[in-house]
Amino acid sequence: MKSATSRYLLLSTAVVGSLSLFALKNEYKIVADADNAGLKLPAGFGALKVADTGTRARHITVTPQGTIFVKLNRPTKEGQGILQLREGGTGKATVVAGFGNYGGTGIYSTKDYLYASSDEEVFRYKLNAKGEVTNPTQPEKVITGLLNRQQHESKSITLDQAGNIYVNVGAYANSCQVKDRQKGSMGRPNCPILDSAGGIWQFRADKLNQTYGDGTRYATGLRNVVGLDWNAQSNQLFVMQHGRDQLHDNFPELYDSKESAELPAECLYALNKGDNAGWPYTYFDPAKNKIMVSPEYGGDGKKVSTGSYLAPAMAYPAHTAPNALLFYTGTMFPEKYRNGAFIAFHGSWNRAPEPQKGYYVVFQPFKNGKPAGPYEVFADNFAGTPEKANAGRPDHKPCGLAQGTDGSLYVTDDKQGSIYRIVYAKK
Amino acid sequence: MFVLGALVWAAMPAAAQKKPVAKAKPAAKPAAAGIPAASLALGKTLYAQNCLSCHQADGGGVDRMNAPLTQTTWVLGDKTPLVKVLLNGMQGVEIDGERYANVMPAFDYLTDQQIADVLTYVRNSFGNKATAVKAAEVKVVRAANKK
Repeated sequence: MKSATSRYLLLSTAVVGSLSLFALKNEYKIVADADNAGLKLPAGFGALKVADTGTRARHITVTPQGTIFVKLNRPTKEGQGILQLREGGTGKATVVAGFGNYGGTGIYSTKDYLYASSDEEVFRYKLNAKGEVTNPTQPEKVITGLLNRQQHESKSITLDQAGNIYVNVGAYANSCQVKDRQKGSMGRPNCPILDSAGGIWQFRADKLNQTYGDGTRYATGLRNVVGLDWNAQSNQLFVMQHGRDQLHDNFPELYDSKESAELPAECLYALNKGDNAGWPYTYFDPAKNKIMVSPEYGGDGKKVSTGSYLAPAMAYPAHTAPNALLFYTGTMFPEKYRNGAFIAFHGSWNRAPEPQKGYYVVFQPFKNGKPAGPYEVFADNFAGTPEKANAGRPDHKPCGLAQGTDGSLYVTDDKQGSIYRIVYAKK
Repeated sequence: MFVLGALVWAAMPAAAQKKPVAKAKPAAKPAAAGIPAASLALGKTLYAQNCLSCHQADGGGVDRMNAPLTQTTWVLGDKTPLVKVLLNGMQGVEIDGERYANVMPAFDYLTDQQIADVLTYVRNSFGNKATAVKAAEVKVVRAANKK
């Protein structure tokens, strides 16, 4: 925790975007890149590229001791699916270790354990007092046998404060049609996918070799969740759903391509045990502010659902793919950010032929554990240029978020494996 | 052949997901030798209606989700497996060392001529250059494809 109380000083500089940050303690100095790593940020913030790993960097975690672990979508040639990084004096980091010969997305750390997921299992590694993994080849298997049918395969994880771990099991379909993504194909009655996928499962974080039978289906009717986090203020799990695709492709007589680009919203849900968010039977229309009946289940674009489904806590532009959610509890950023949520939007593909969107990190203000007021785009231009974003050909795709011990914000990119760190400099 | 393809690629509008023109103009794109211009024009319209939302305007697909149609052996190679992709759909097949998560549905409701046209267009767009697909060839594959 050596840097937790570090103070930062913005040195005067005439060059816009050139930010130099110096800590006053321990001679620990973090220097923002002259171009803020290519990002567009609110005034007072700076960014540096911590590392260019050249990997598919999914989720990221920073231990209380400041060790950085990154989960890779597929292992490196050397068979490393998890990278361990150590920062030097200026904030630039090098990969000091790699282990875990499996691809995946989820990673989470407590002071005692590092948790990581493949697309079927969740493992944990004991951390020593320095926040280092001591048994890289012998993790404990916490959960096994989770469904992976390629589509929506990632198993994102988070823990609460009562020793439970929450795992997303994504639905292996777009909308539970008889023939997946087939034009005009109707929904399967009483969607059987929901038995073992399309929801969040709760397990014990300290019990080994758990399977579906040992866990609880905590919430259902969630098509695919990649970003999730526990909100300590409201003592509640929040998740970001990836909404359904292809309303126009599959039901062109009901939705034109412009409507299909804006429907449905990507939704934030505040979950309680037993909640049902409505997939595949419904979707959320942000313009109407209504839960609508899906066309596969008798909807026509106008029919409002009468079912008792959980309403979203907040809605965001369609198809922008929220891949990480993080409640900010640090003190480095100004007061308004405290206990609010950062959301990393990986970026869209299903808005075509309309311009694509996303490739940014959003800040969602919260008050008393609930979303309060409109979101704002916090870190933009991961794409490199607006043209690259519109074309769906971005340079970088934000995917993971973590809070550093000093309250800075880490962002991963699974396109080129860049790891960013965003800091605030106050005079 | 590759150089030619690269030139075509460079000449294409780099920008992006432009709204497809409802009515394709055969004169707008010079057809390669032996490629029927009418087939290319019809294929372009069919691509916009059936393929573009996943494979994108530039044919590049979507990282790890929807397969690219640019310079892959699936697109440029033997026509029979390519026709079968449209007739049967596809998922989980490794393409040049990469897997794509999304399901491609079957497009067996397209006619032999439509499948021939859209594949001819794909095989001669996005930097690709390959022979045309004929309706008669699709008919033979479809007849042998009884599931």
